[in-house]
Amino acid sequence: MLDALPGRRILRLRPGHAGTLVAATVLTAAIVACVLAPVLWPLDQSAISLDQTRLPPSWAHPAGTDDLGRDVALRALYGLRVSLLVGAVAALVATVIGGIVGGIAGTLGGRVDRLLMRVVDTVAALPHLLLGIFIVAMLRPSLGAVIASIGVTHWLSTARIVRSELLSLRNRPFIDAAISGGAGRRRILTRHLLPHVLPRLALATTLMIPHAVWHETALSFLGLGLPPHLASLGNMINDGQGSLLTGAWWASIAPGAVIVVVTLAIAALAARWREHLDPRVRAELEL
Amino acid sequence: MSRRFVGAGRVVRRRLLVAVPILVLTSIGMFALGAASPIDPAKQYAGSAAFTANPDVLAQIRANWGVDDPLPVQYFRWIGNLLRGDLGWSTSRHEPVASVIAARAGWTLLLVSLALAIVLLASLLLGALAAYRRNGIFDRALRAAAYAIESMPVFWIGLASIAVFALALGWLPAGGLTDITASGTGFGDVAHHLVLPVLVLAVSQAPWFVLFVRDGVADSLRDDHVLAARARGLPGRTVLFGHALRTALLPFITLIGTHLPELVGGAILVETVFSLPGLGGVTVQAALGSDFPLLAAITLLTTAAVLTANLATDLAYAAADPRIRLDA
Repeated sequence: MLDALPGRRILRLRPGHAGTLVAATVLTAAIVACVLAPVLWPLDQSAISLDQTRLPPSWAHPAGTDDLGRDVALRALYGLRVSLLVGAVAALVATVIGGIVGGIAGTLGGRVDRLLMRVVDTVAALPHLLLGIFIVAMLRPSLGAVIASIGVTHWLSTARIVRSELLSLRNRPFIDAAISGGAGRRRILTRHLLPHVLPRLALATTLMIPHAVWHETALSFLGLGLPPHLASLGNMINDGQGSLLTGAWWASIAPGAVIVVVTLAIAALAARWREHLDPRVRAELEL
Repeated sequence: MSRRFVGAGRVVRRRLLVAVPILVLTSIGMFALGAASPIDPAKQYAGSAAFTANPDVLAQIRANWGVDDPLPVQYFRWIGNLLRGDLGWSTSRHEPVASVIAARAGWTLLLVSLALAIVLLASLLLGALAAYRRNGIFDRALRAAAYAIESMPVFWIGLASIAVFALALGWLPAGGLTDITASGTGFGDVAHHLVLPVLVLAVSQAPWFVLFVRDGVADSLRDDHVLAARARGLPGRTVLFGHALRTALLPFITLIGTHLPELVGGAILVETVFSLPGLGGVTVQAALGSDFPLLAAITLLTTAAVLTANLATDLAYAAADPRIRLDA
């Protein structure tokens, strides 16, 4: 049955990969819903209906309504839009920083590499949420501040990945062959190194998105993230906290559940992708 | 002591050679951010009176505080004061920063260390049991649970546990450190209030540790010395906990060190969810009130503490493993 699916060739699906299929479907549905939401379910952000506050989940409101009578499910969809967008941009920023540091360490090697990796290890040991809070507090909570605080604290894993990939590529025979074939530095970099590094970089960015979303949600939850008019998932959970104590649990639990589902889907797909990139992992899994 | 510790001093020095500059750079970056921040400390101090105050008075306050001095001068004054133990005056809480931290650090340490103790015990036990029957029902269930919990933000787990255990079931209090009627911090009262926050923090951090132990023990179960122990007919429990787990324990020590930043972040969020009077809650207050002295002191002190603990776990790793030579 799986053979007939159009995604089979991309994901190399096999019967054991039903989970991957579910994850891909969930993630695709979430992204499509996010993109089409303004067309399909236009939302008046300021519309409140005080006669419909804190309604429990029902057919009309699948995740209930919040304390201003707004539909929680719809707001969560818009929140996911904001959170994913912020997460993706921040993950990209982190990837650029990490790619540059890892690229320098991996291509130069030697003492520069040792020093840079020592720095990466030490920076990884810094309490990043605390630093993120500090950055946002000083720049005042805003979109730019949140993205900056994620970018500055989340580039380390990317730097490590790029560096180790480059170091292992340097010693491969095909690089030696290219050098003895007369290829210049530039050609080796663009034709031989980048094609190997880019998929890893893309994977690292994808894996970074859930982390970035979490960081953003954590900051927003503390009231230190995105401004209130940008209804991110974290802002919603924060707003719903008051309702939770009066029994309307859905107002903060539902947006949180959205984060959990999307994170799980991304993690499952990324694990599959890593298997695809690295046959050794696949071999281990099939043992 | 044995020869293994000959190189310890050198390692510490080499690690400090990177850690200290990074700490200094962090402090410079923090100070620069504080200086670039659009908040005028004199107006912040005056509050709403700033709108009606004589500009000369505001100028006088600024001059007294030296906030118009060149930035390097201000930076060295700040760092010098910090090093002399003068942490400054908290503008959001209107008391010395040192007394804010002294009154609260204990609760945060209690929360973090209790949670860490639970995580360590539970992950060693559960991880070893899961590895013993690889791909068995328990192993699969545990791994599925770990992956699921890994993707749940800690404050969401906290809110959900409040909804279930405090509101729906009414077993435990929803927040705070003591009952509102309590006059002091009685042991039973505090313990009752800490059950939920400690468990939430522990559960949210456990997946990494459980999976780590599980993979480590699963690997070491195939080691020669474990096979030899089995061949000698030792009971399964002895082989698992006495032989396999012991070898898998070593890298676990470093995991604790590398995971401390996550633990600090988790503590901030858990304290906020459960309104605990620890450093986390006051950090958020300071951030919302743009209280640079308090926020900077907490951030810098925590960073230094985490870096120190990280170094300590590395040394402990070397002390525990005879194969590691520190000066290598």
